[in-house]
Amino acid sequence: MSRPVVFKFLLYVAGDAPNSTQALANLTALCRVHLPDRHEIEVVDVFREPKRALDDRIWMTPTLVKVSPSPGRRIVGTLSQPEPLLQALGLSA
Amino acid sequence: MRSARSSDKRQPKTPTGITGFDEITGGGLPSGRTTLLVGGPGSGKTIFALQFLSLGARECNEPGIFVAFEETSQRIVSNAEAFGWKLAELRKSKVYFMDAQPSADVVQSGTFDLSGMLAALGVKIKEMQARRIVFDALDVVLALLPDPADRRREIHRLHEWLLANEITGLITAKAGGDEMSAFSQQQFSLLQFMVDCSVTLNHRVSRGVSQRNLRVQKFRGSSFDENESPFVIGKNGFDVALARSGRTDAKVSQERVTSGVKRLDTMLGGGYYRGASVLITGFPGTAKTTLSGAFAEAACERGERTMFVSFDSDGSEVMRNLASVGIRLERFTKSGTLRMVSARTITGSAETLLVHIKTLAREHESRCLVIDPVSTLAKVGNELTAHGVAERLIDWSKVDGTTLVCTSLLDEMSSQDSGSTPLQISTIADTWIHLNYLVQAGERNRGLSIIKSRGTEHSNQVRELILSSNGVTLADIYTAGGEVLMGTLRWEKESAERTAEEVAEVAGRLKRLSLDAEEAVLEVRLKSLQTELIAKQAEKMLLERSTASRKGETSRGHIRMRELRGADAAKPRTKLSRP
Repeated sequence: MSRPVVFKFLLYVAGDAPNSTQALANLTALCRVHLPDRHEIEVVDVFREPKRALDDRIWMTPTLVKVSPSPGRRIVGTLSQPEPLLQALGLSA
Repeated sequence: MRSARSSDKRQPKTPTGITGFDEITGGGLPSGRTTLLVGGPGSGKTIFALQFLSLGARECNEPGIFVAFEETSQRIVSNAEAFGWKLAELRKSKVYFMDAQPSADVVQSGTFDLSGMLAALGVKIKEMQARRIVFDALDVVLALLPDPADRRREIHRLHEWLLANEITGLITAKAGGDEMSAFSQQQFSLLQFMVDCSVTLNHRVSRGVSQRNLRVQKFRGSSFDENESPFVIGKNGFDVALARSGRTDAKVSQERVTSGVKRLDTMLGGGYYRGASVLITGFPGTAKTTLSGAFAEAACERGERTMFVSFDSDGSEVMRNLASVGIRLERFTKSGTLRMVSARTITGSAETLLVHIKTLAREHESRCLVIDPVSTLAKVGNELTAHGVAERLIDWSKVDGTTLVCTSLLDEMSSQDSGSTPLQISTIADTWIHLNYLVQAGERNRGLSIIKSRGTEHSNQVRELILSSNGVTLADIYTAGGEVLMGTLRWEKESAERTAEEVAEVAGRLKRLSLDAEEAVLEVRLKSLQTELIAKQAEKMLLERSTASRKGETSRGHIRMRELRGADAAKPRTKLSRP
């Protein structure tokens, strides 16, 4: 790891719905383990910012969007299964 | 939940613009409620939904939202282009398409819900003032949820959301039939239970013929037609056939239209009624087409737009064949008055044929319609529906005031007297003309009789139908010794009568001539007698005159004698002057 790459995430949640809180918890845990000190998470509440969900074409909640590094990816769900998630984020060893 | 609110009032309905469906449900889908539309793949769910939205946007000022879970909006719009709903145009302002297909590169990890979509839709509804919404292929997105409990939860969420928004919703789902794998029976029944109205579409193939049916399964707070109704996806979208239109309060006309054969008009007491349905039955080759062609020609000559649907042969073939009996239709197809339709090219169920015919006739604004032969509707695979179709055909033509002439082939095996048609439409037709053959003395001749004609007095006579290059005409038939004479026998009889008449006429003329001669002789005699009489009279006069002069002469002679004698001269002179 020559230079640290910062992962930027957008997490769309539906208020404090169980799925959404679970996703946020899972994401934070994952970042702590795999991406310590090189991640940014922005949480978007679709109830508060529905227009943004519409513009970003977010239909299912929770949805995690990896903004950078490219390629951008979308992961839908509570993020409770780490294997496909890590694979999608390019973090699987 | 909120059902108490509507219990005092009839459930308001939102029209779908689908011919037939609005009649079945008494107005359309329940307003502000949710309807479930279930059907197998390719049963027409998306088309139904699009038609519902496009009508709202075009005619009811009810903007709509289409949530596409399966196909992209691009494809949906271009697929629906052919229906003429102007979706591409409506898309700009009145109909919003949300592409909610789960894309292939989205990774799924754990369960999710639809809150994001519903929140976004909430914004859109407010923005557009949308009154209608369609969730197309909900099963696709539900199938992504790993847990049945999650699916149930999302169905509930959607339902609650729809109720809260008081929007008229339509959810389509692939199910029904044996297509239950993607969508378990349990969720299906949950959805069924939740919604206020449920409609099933199915697509069966019976003996190789595709039959589409629609059935309303439930409709809370409203009565509806519970039977399966056949439908067709035609040029203008859905067309649902009403099992029984029930409201055939067609305007009854007293106007007569000619059958194209003068003597047939006379037999019918003036022709067919306008708007009546006429059935011409007969075996192959009994001139059914010719008779209906004569009707079409007469209609065109009156300038009435006419459509001739032929199931047997091409339009041009029909015209050529009819031209051989002096029925010239070509001029009318050129002017556009007549439209020839070769229905051999139309494949599909009887229902499809009916819809095609209806659409074409409306396009052409036909006032007269010929279907030759209507019995084609009952060909293999359609036996069950054909009767209903024929009935609807007649109902429809009545409502539209179209004069309908149908020919029907009789089963060759059925006996001539029974004359039953495969469609049983003989009972509902207004006028039924039957053509048959009479084989006699080595000849086959065509006979025409009117079996029934409602509301018109009609002849009970069998007539011989004669086709010649000058046209179609009817001839009286002779009955001799209890036998009906046609063809050559009739001709012989006719010529024998003609000869007898001639002989009688000649004899009469001879008699007159001889009388003339006698008269002339008498006249001559009369004249000569008159002349003789005049001669006799002249002779008589001459005689009298000569007698008188002779007497005078004699007396003068006496006087002269006396004078000469010189005696008593004075006396006889005075005597002589006295007489």
